[in-house]
Amino acid sequence: MEVPILKQGAFLIATFQAALSDADLNQLRMGLVQQVVKFRSRAVIVDVTAMDVMDSFASRTLREIAHMIRLRGAETVIVGIQPEVAFAMVQLGLTLEGVATALDLEEGLAYLNEKFKITK
Amino acid sequence: MAKRDSTTTDIELKRTEEPSELLRELVAHLRQNRTQLREEWVVRISETRLLTAMTKEEIFAEATSVYDSYVEALETEAFEALQAYARNLSERIIPRGVETHEVVGIVLLLRDVLARSLFAKYQTDFKKLNRILDAYEPAANRIANTVAVGFVQERERVIRQQQEAIRELSTPVLQVRERLLILPIIGVIDPQRARQLTEQLLRGIRTNRAKVVVIDITGVAAMDVTVANHLVQTVEASRLLGATVIVTGLSPEIAQTLVTIGVDLGKMNTVGDLQGGIEQAERLLGYKVASITEPN
Repeated sequence: MEVPILKQGAFLIATFQAALSDADLNQLRMGLVQQVVKFRSRAVIVDVTAMDVMDSFASRTLREIAHMIRLRGAETVIVGIQPEVAFAMVQLGLTLEGVATALDLEEGLAYLNEKFKITK
Repeated sequence: MAKRDSTTTDIELKRTEEPSELLRELVAHLRQNRTQLREEWVVRISETRLLTAMTKEEIFAEATSVYDSYVEALETEAFEALQAYARNLSERIIPRGVETHEVVGIVLLLRDVLARSLFAKYQTDFKKLNRILDAYEPAANRIANTVAVGFVQERERVIRQQQEAIRELSTPVLQVRERLLILPIIGVIDPQRARQLTEQLLRGIRTNRAKVVVIDITGVAAMDVTVANHLVQTVEASRLLGATVIVTGLSPEIAQTLVTIGVDLGKMNTVGDLQGGIEQAERLLGYKVASITEPN
C-alpha cells in the first residue's frame, strides 16, 4: 500500500493509513528521502492519526526516517499520535527521542512555520 | 423441592413424614408463636448488646420484618428473594454503622431461639425431634449464610462506590489559559490511579489542544518507584502529543525517589512551586504578565 506524499510549499506531508506492513514502511522511508531530495524540502510532517497501534518496528522506522531526513538538512515532525497509542508506546519504552512531535497537522505546520519564520 | 443434606436415610424418612411435611409443620409452629418468639429474640439481642447503633423501636421494627422473612425463607426456600431482602436491609443499616459481626450475630441468635422452641415442643418425641431438626438445620444454616453474604456484598458495593467517587474527585484536568492545562494531584497515588491520571491527561491534551501542562504534586506526600516511573512515562507520552510538561511541588522525599531510580532529569522539566510553574508555562506560551498601574 503506497503512502501518499503531498507537497505543501517547502514541506512534505506523508499521511499514514491504518495498518502498514513492514514492507510499506521500508518503501515509505526510501520514498520520503527521495522526495526531500527532489523538492529540496525544508521539513517533513508524518501524520499518524490513523494508526491505532504502534509497534517497535514502526517506531524505529520513524526514527530512522527522521535521521535520514536530517542528513539532508531537513526536519521531521510526527503528528497525530493518539492518546492510547502514546500510552502504549511509553510503556514499551518507545519514546521517539530526538524527533519533534505535535498534536496534529495544524499544530505541526504552526511549529514549522514558527521555526522557519515563514511569513505569507 | 430443593436437595438438602440429611443425616437420616431416605428409607427412614419415607416410612414416616416427608421432609416437606415436617417443614410445613415447623413453619406453622413458628408462625403461631411469632409474637412470643420474636419478643424472646429481641430480648436476647439486647442482652448480648448487639445493634447498639439502633434504638429499641428500630430494632423491634427491623426484627419483625427479619423474623417474617426468615420464616418465609424456611417455607419457600426462595433464597434469591432472601438475598435481595438482605441486601436491601443492609443498604438501610450500613449507614447506621451496623457491622458484619452484629448482623451475623443476630441471625444466629434467631436460629437458636427458634431451635430451642422446637426442642421444647417436640421434647417428648425424640425421634420426631431429630427429624424436625434434620429439616430445620440445613435450611436455617443456609439462611444465616445467605443473609451474611448479602450484607457483605452490600458493604463491598458501598466501598467500591466510595473508591470510585474518590478517584473521580481527585483527578481534575483544569484549563487555566489557552493551551495551558493544570493537573493538581492530591493524596495517595496507587498504580491504578496513576494510570487513570495519565489517560485523563492525554485525553485532556487532545481535547484542549494544550501545549503546556503543569502537573502539581505538592499534595502528594510520597511516591513509590512504580508510580515515579509512571510519572516519567506521563511526561514522555504528553510529549508525543506535542505538549511540554512542567512538574511542580516535588517534596524532598519524592525528589530523592526520582534521583534514586535514575530519572534522566534532562527529560523532566521541574520547578519548585505551582506559581513558578505557571509563570514558566506562560513564558513558554509567549504570555507576559504585566501589572496595571494607574498613572498618578
